[in-house]
Amino acid sequence: MLDVDQRREYWRRNVRLMSVLLVIWALVSFGAGILFVDVLNAVSIFGIPLGFWFAQQGSIIVFVLLIAFYVWRMDKLDAEFGITEYEQEVHHQ
Amino acid sequence: MSPIQAWTLVFVVLTFGFYIYIAYRSRVSDTAGFYVAGGGIPAPANGAAVAADWMSAASFISMAGLVAFSQNGYAGSVFLMGWTGGYVLLALLLAPYLRKFGKYTVPDFVGDRYNETARLVSVVCALVVSFVYVAGQMAGVGVVFQRFLGVDRTWGVVIGMAIVFLYAVLGGMKGITWTQVAQYSVLIVAYIIPAVAISLQLSGNPFPQIGFGQILDELDGLQRDLGLAAYTEAFTQTSMVNMVLITAALMFGTAGLPHVIVRFYTAKSVRAARYSALWALFFISLLYTIAPAVGAFSKYNVLTQIPGSAVDDTPTWFNTWRDVGLITVDDLNGNGIIDVAGAIGEGTELAINNDIVVLAAPEIAGLPAPIVGLVAAGGLAAALSTASGLLLVISSSVANDIYWKRINPRATDAQQLRVGRIAMAAAILVAGYLGINPPGFVAEVVALAFGLAAASFFPILFLGIFWKKATAAAAATGMAVGLSVTLLYQLWTLPTFFGNEPILDIPATGIGTIGMILNLITIIVVSQFTKEPSELMQKVVEDVRYPGRSELVAAHAEGHLSEYAEEHHLDDDR
Repeated sequence: MLDVDQRREYWRRNVRLMSVLLVIWALVSFGAGILFVDVLNAVSIFGIPLGFWFAQQGSIIVFVLLIAFYVWRMDKLDAEFGITEYEQEVHHQ
Repeated sequence: MSPIQAWTLVFVVLTFGFYIYIAYRSRVSDTAGFYVAGGGIPAPANGAAVAADWMSAASFISMAGLVAFSQNGYAGSVFLMGWTGGYVLLALLLAPYLRKFGKYTVPDFVGDRYNETARLVSVVCALVVSFVYVAGQMAGVGVVFQRFLGVDRTWGVVIGMAIVFLYAVLGGMKGITWTQVAQYSVLIVAYIIPAVAISLQLSGNPFPQIGFGQILDELDGLQRDLGLAAYTEAFTQTSMVNMVLITAALMFGTAGLPHVIVRFYTAKSVRAARYSALWALFFISLLYTIAPAVGAFSKYNVLTQIPGSAVDDTPTWFNTWRDVGLITVDDLNGNGIIDVAGAIGEGTELAINNDIVVLAAPEIAGLPAPIVGLVAAGGLAAALSTASGLLLVISSSVANDIYWKRINPRATDAQQLRVGRIAMAAAILVAGYLGINPPGFVAEVVALAFGLAAASFFPILFLGIFWKKATAAAAATGMAVGLSVTLLYQLWTLPTFFGNEPILDIPATGIGTIGMILNLITIIVVSQFTKEPSELMQKVVEDVRYPGRSELVAAHAEGHLSEYAEEHHLDDDR
């Protein structure tokens, strides 16, 4: 088990990671896909205007990458705090 | 029987037999197995099950058409971003903590974290959302049977009901989960094959996600020639503010839907819940990145082949769908030619139902009959998997949250299981009835369910985890405010109800975002004036945030919370 300081540190780093990822989440969808779509549409990749690409493809791909990064960092964070046993958490009344 | 019908029959019989075999292998005999598959599903399988649960008949059959035809390209992006972006919120903000909290259903969390009133409100919300949703799935099953096998729609629904009954009632969540894994495999293969074929045909690139770039420029031109706004141009149909409101409502609604959240309780551990979310979005993204490409390709095909052609000289694929009424041609000016000027749709010379874009794709691409049969099986897989997930939410809400928690708290495991099975069977009958006689407003209401989920569930779940001081009274008030603002506004503006002009141009599909913000503000404000959550509950919320199995979390999950409170002299007065 973690002591009080470790808990505070664990939670602080978890919240920081979440905040960064959610900012990116908002930037690719609401930002690139909607607010800045006209500006980005001036550029095209594979014939697809960039803003339109973010709205229909790019944001979805970034979403998958964001969760992948989160899962990876949380594993690392858990390892740093010496958490290796997860199966104990199976608990249903 | 045509070759297409024969092949469809082969695929339908094969896949249905497979589903029942799986269900038989994974039948269950205890409530934990029935509600959450014993919490023992590995992450990739759980992810595939979430994906199949999530992607309904609407995602499989209608999505591409929704983006390309009824939403004219760019405006359809709200569905693509909204229905995938919610998974980021789920993965980061809800899934790991709800899994750690334990228990079986979303109302379970609400009831434990806040109070019994809040639990009751959330049971009602969960039931309403699930029933509305499941009716659409059953109707989808009927359409596929009718179109591909020439079976009467009613019989199609009855066959679908019988199959779901067999595997859901027998196997509970465990049977449903493993069947959904099989159903995901069927539906994604059925989606990808025609998409790749069409992409190769029109762009020479086997990846539709890249290939559709080659026709976009031409498609923009074709639409301009017909007097329509360009396909890729932003805000021609939906304003910037409304794009944001609708996308957000769909995102936060996705994160608040009970039948999606409950899937994370089936994960083995908190870590497995995180991985489940990753696998789920990965599997979903395969279909969601291909759908807009299929839509664009189909629109290109229609716009290059149909406008200006003679009314009685149209391509074969076009005629097949004209015969079943999903494409209608109405030679308004009587010149014998299909004229397209401005929009396509009701009241013009050419109207195309969203559903045919995917169902007709193999025929348009000239693929052989077996592929057409596979697409039919894929559509059925999508509809059945979503229906069974929803039926489980209905059944566990009735058996766990109503029967066990409120009617008979001393019920044994076997009694709860029996009630769960009876509830599920009854729900199948109701869903089947609604599928055969769909109330006119179902399609509209399904789209609105997301707004309702966003306005009611998301804030109380999010603050319930991240803010220890969110009080029970505040949660109940917040839910009531969010829900009533959203629901009243939707009724106010919907043509089937009051049909008034929208206020400030806010669409009924986007009001959920406003309702959600009001809900959040209400909770924060009311929490300042009402009784703080008990010491004990604050400690539970705190403990859920950290890894490892603390004594308190274990006591809570096993239902010995009051004993723990006594032992540690904590105040448990809620």
